[in-house]
Amino acid sequence: MSLANVASPLTPPKAGLRLQKQFSWVRAREACVRAMLLGCASLSLLTTLAIVYMFLTEAVYSVTPDTTAFFQDVSLWDFLTDTEWSPQFADKHFGILPLLCGTFVIAGIGSLIGLPIGLAAAIYLSEYAKPKFRRMMKPVLEVLAGIPSVVYGYFALVFVTPYVLRPMFQSLLRIDVDIFNAMSAGVVLGVMIIPTVCSLSEDALRAVPRGLREAGYALGSTKYDVSLKVVVPAAFSGIVASFLLAISRAIGETMAVCIAAGQMPRLSLNPFRSMETMTAYMVGASLGDTPAGTIEYKSLYAVGFTLFVITLGMNILANWVMNRFREVYE
Amino acid sequence: MSVPTKLQEPHLARRHRIGKAFEWVCCGSTWFGVVVLGVLLLSVGWKALTWPPAKAKPANNSTATVDAQSTSAPLSTKFFSSYDSRKPREAGILAAIWGSLWLIVLVALFSVPIGVGSAVYLEEYSNEGRLKRLIQVNLSNLAGVPSIVYALLGMTAFVKMFGFFTKDEGKSLVINLLFTTVDVPLPFDRTLISGALTLTLLVLPTVIVASQEALRAVPSSIRTASYALGATQWQTIRYQVVPAAMPGIMTGVILALSRAMGEAAPLMLIGALTYVAYTPGDITSVSDIFKNPHGLLDAPFDKFTALPLQIYQWINHPRAEYAHLAAAGIMVLLTILLLMNTFAIVIRHKFQKSTRW
Repeated sequence: MSLANVASPLTPPKAGLRLQKQFSWVRAREACVRAMLLGCASLSLLTTLAIVYMFLTEAVYSVTPDTTAFFQDVSLWDFLTDTEWSPQFADKHFGILPLLCGTFVIAGIGSLIGLPIGLAAAIYLSEYAKPKFRRMMKPVLEVLAGIPSVVYGYFALVFVTPYVLRPMFQSLLRIDVDIFNAMSAGVVLGVMIIPTVCSLSEDALRAVPRGLREAGYALGSTKYDVSLKVVVPAAFSGIVASFLLAISRAIGETMAVCIAAGQMPRLSLNPFRSMETMTAYMVGASLGDTPAGTIEYKSLYAVGFTLFVITLGMNILANWVMNRFREVYE
Repeated sequence: MSVPTKLQEPHLARRHRIGKAFEWVCCGSTWFGVVVLGVLLLSVGWKALTWPPAKAKPANNSTATVDAQSTSAPLSTKFFSSYDSRKPREAGILAAIWGSLWLIVLVALFSVPIGVGSAVYLEEYSNEGRLKRLIQVNLSNLAGVPSIVYALLGMTAFVKMFGFFTKDEGKSLVINLLFTTVDVPLPFDRTLISGALTLTLLVLPTVIVASQEALRAVPSSIRTASYALGATQWQTIRYQVVPAAMPGIMTGVILALSRAMGEAAPLMLIGALTYVAYTPGDITSVSDIFKNPHGLLDAPFDKFTALPLQIYQWINHPRAEYAHLAAAGIMVLLTILLLMNTFAIVIRHKFQKSTRW
């Protein structure tokens, strides 16, 4: 502290001068607590940094000189264009396309089933259902959302394939259905995303003000017209965002798909054959206890990185749609 | 709605018919989930209560077959008191249940203080600045990261510790707790603590967001009243805001924990998928805790298995009996999850009724 700052008792303190805080234990404790809570909050940032660091060092560029990262061994071009994925064989190929194909076929089937049903359920709950029915149904949907994906995988394997798909497609249409097939995985995935779509879309639908609906009725619309031509377009951004989040969850879903669709990387669109998704590959590769440092082990990170980029992109897109196209009602 | 007549508008009757059909479609969609849930429970439950039909057995071990047939169902009291076995009719989920229990307790111990602390910081301390926005955006993105990516992170950060320690060195950190010592292996390797930390990372975003919502619902008059009485900010939070938000926080935490309980993929990548015929810390009942209190400290560093993992292992087994064991395991898992969910719903209900503001 310089001499000029020491105010003599005669001269009043300058306007800009701060009050000096006296030290007290209470204040010290407050600061301590605040710092600890800040530490907790920044842990989530640390998690993100750790994820990024992990992918960068294991998949893109290794920091330690005596090890190489995945993309230092396999060129990005091969990774993206090779049509074969065979890390376990002697003739190794690392083309992500079969895994991407499996992922998108299964997520696509799931979306075709889950998105319309979820949206229809949301419209019913928000527009048609009595409050009592709604209150009863919400917990049921929550239970549906809380069922672990292992259980859905088991359900696909022991019920959907033998009692739904095989009678429908094998007996009637004469299409061979494998025990492990993309269709059953897609069906249970569809069921799994219904709660997500339903509750997020319902929130969006209920946020549409009454006035819009009443204006529709005043113009002579039926309830169907109001629901589908007024309320749904008004809540469009929320519905699209819920769809995107659901699809991103479907892409990242692991156990159900791994159990139901099997582990056969295949570049085809036939949903009745076994297929492997990115997530299923990661589980399968970890089961074999691949030693660290091998190319199979590093391929885990490359696949994980691809998955991470895709789901992150979809989540960001969903948030952007939500904010960009949101209709703000007073 | 009035009965449509032709006088009003030529298409009105048709429009009403379309509307009625649409309503039925939507209603059907709502029930679809319930029906699937019912079919799922029935098919799994039926499998859990029956053994597969016995095939024709060679004559020499017919007595053994009869004995095996006499065990009533996969889901029996024996199922809870025995370890996994190569003989399906003697297999049980003792190790899995204790593993899951330990996981949940550890995840709760880690995630509740950190999660609630983060939420308190974000809601009570940070002003609307760049840091808060950054953390918020980061949280919403973390919530959307697939569990398998967390699994990779757990494998890298906890099981292998980014390669900073290697398993062969056999390093360990000995923590002295006055009366006893804890031997912490470095890296953590495939132990309970790795699994618990991974699941903690997985559920943290959920816990934080739920706690934030609960804190936000506490009216500011509570805070100002506390300040007016001379309380400091921490005292206000500690004695007024957090207790008032407790039911909401509890609901969020229980739902997050029930999600952690059902997750198999992260544990799988950590490599917990092994044959385990012991419980963590060799604790198989409450009385064991008093007999061997040090087991409590050793348990987090034991290898483990958990319910969803055990179920996956049985599903993957080619023998038909194991599919029925898996069903029995699923029934146990679903019962526990249902109880947790019901508990959360009950808390929320009570909270909604007894709100003071």
